[in-house]
Amino acid sequence: MGMTMTQKILAAHAGLSKVEAGQLIEADLDLVLGNDITSPVAIHEMEKMKVDGVFDKDKIALVPDHFVPNKDIKSAEHCKCVREFARKNEITNYFEVGQMGIEHALLPEQGLTVAGDVIIGADSHTCTYGALGAFSTGVGSTDMAAGMATGKAWFKVPSAIKFNLTGKPSEWVSGKDVILHIIGMIGVDGALYKSMEFVGDGIANLTMDDRFTIANMAIEAGGKNGIFPVDDLAVAYMKEHGTRAYQVYEADADAVYDEEYTIDLGTLRPTVAFPHLPENTKTIDEIKEDIKIDQVVIGSCTNGRLDDLRIAAKVLKGRHVAEGMRCIVIPATQKIYLQAMEEGLLKTFIEAGAIVSTPTCGPCLGGYMGILAEGERCVSTTNRNFVGRMGHVNSEIYLASPAVAAASAVTGKISCPCKLS
Amino acid sequence: MKAAKGHVFKYGDNVDTDVIIPARYLNSSDPAELATHCMEDIDKTFIQRVQKGDIIVADKNFGCGSSREHAPIAIKAAGVSCVIAETFARIFYRNAINIGLPIVECPEAAAAIEAGDEVEVDFDSGVITDVTKGTTYQGQAFPEFMQKIIAAEGLVNYINQK
Repeated sequence: MGMTMTQKILAAHAGLSKVEAGQLIEADLDLVLGNDITSPVAIHEMEKMKVDGVFDKDKIALVPDHFVPNKDIKSAEHCKCVREFARKNEITNYFEVGQMGIEHALLPEQGLTVAGDVIIGADSHTCTYGALGAFSTGVGSTDMAAGMATGKAWFKVPSAIKFNLTGKPSEWVSGKDVILHIIGMIGVDGALYKSMEFVGDGIANLTMDDRFTIANMAIEAGGKNGIFPVDDLAVAYMKEHGTRAYQVYEADADAVYDEEYTIDLGTLRPTVAFPHLPENTKTIDEIKEDIKIDQVVIGSCTNGRLDDLRIAAKVLKGRHVAEGMRCIVIPATQKIYLQAMEEGLLKTFIEAGAIVSTPTCGPCLGGYMGILAEGERCVSTTNRNFVGRMGHVNSEIYLASPAVAAASAVTGKISCPCKLS
Repeated sequence: MKAAKGHVFKYGDNVDTDVIIPARYLNSSDPAELATHCMEDIDKTFIQRVQKGDIIVADKNFGCGSSREHAPIAIKAAGVSCVIAETFARIFYRNAINIGLPIVECPEAAAAIEAGDEVEVDFDSGVITDVTKGTTYQGQAFPEFMQKIIAAEGLVNYINQK
């Protein structure tokens, strides 16, 4: 019986020639990540450990991104705690406001995550780096503390679900629609404890930003990780963004999967997840009623990358957001922000009546920069639409692609960009 | 190992970490302060009603969503002695073990136990007893490795002992 791609990476990092699903292993870590919410708890836990310091100052990334620039005094204290820890331990990859971005857009851009890595992060969307062929998964703060202290983490080797992607997405269909379609199909616990391994010739028709979006939301199906094969596009991305050596792992031909699905990307339609679970999906064509909205958010670790902003700008160019609409655009990193400025995207957003914010996770988790009042509705390119996620418990979030979000901002109701006049 | 005994708060599928501890309170990492907002967005009166030792019982995918360890920390600090569910989301599962909050997967118990029942959980055997109904269920026992972490009352102590 062969191994999946994930199992091969884990075996190599545990010093084993073979692992099986269900086996408990201890693996060496290539990177340990934390943000301004999870790191203070981890730092506090690490202080209780009988260790002198971190295992490797180059293999820890600390990215204050959730409540920064500091939204209140308590957040400021958390950020200060992270900053002081980073200084004291001479953490190489600490990203201050001005350098920071949303962690899961920032780290690949900085070349800190490459194929073949084992990465843990005290943030559930750490699974994003699977787009590059790394094993990466979200953990809590205590795991982060143990990872920073020892450079190791324990894992139960996951079994896997195989998603064979074929065909080419049509216009206005992007990575977000692919992953929302999959979550709608298998449910929010459809991949619980499992790897989601994406294969197939359709992957060649997905940009890197599409793949980051897809891997990012593996957790919304309960997955331990989502992972893509390393093709020429992934290699080109890694070479463009860094110098670290990468290692390509491939699933064995006789690897065993719990389930297998084939998805023809050409048949997918723009897809929207209705409140209050990412699995409550409808295609844009299935939405018959007018769903009026108050706010649109375009950004986050899911959809705040350059491709996303370009698509949104394409929709908003020469148009204006609906009367009374708040449209909030958040480039995920400083580099993306700058590039969007140079390409004229920011001008398009501002002329359309949207606002553009410094990188932050802010509104996605109801932190700040776009909280919803009772009864308000938001179309958001973020990843979760749980009760109260973006504000009042009686507000509603509709998850969609940047294209649908931008079109909805223009019309004031959930809309397909294909229908705009 | 110790056992849990208390009255049950019952919830459904997919209780996510945003309703367990909303992000608007994550500017604090103090367990006592987090506990005052525990379950606030799913059950406003939970924190007024919960007694030390009480037990949460839920259906599938308990703790889905964010990796925030603040969620099991808030539950533990609120006085809850054990969470029983049909299944747990994986990050919550790890976090609960790592901070020493006992959790047990048991689909039969999750389906049958009702709110207000008095329930006992023996962590050694994994046996769950509904004292009110006079029924027992066999919960999933932890692998030996996890038992060691739980016995050490969390990952930090376990690492310190190694």
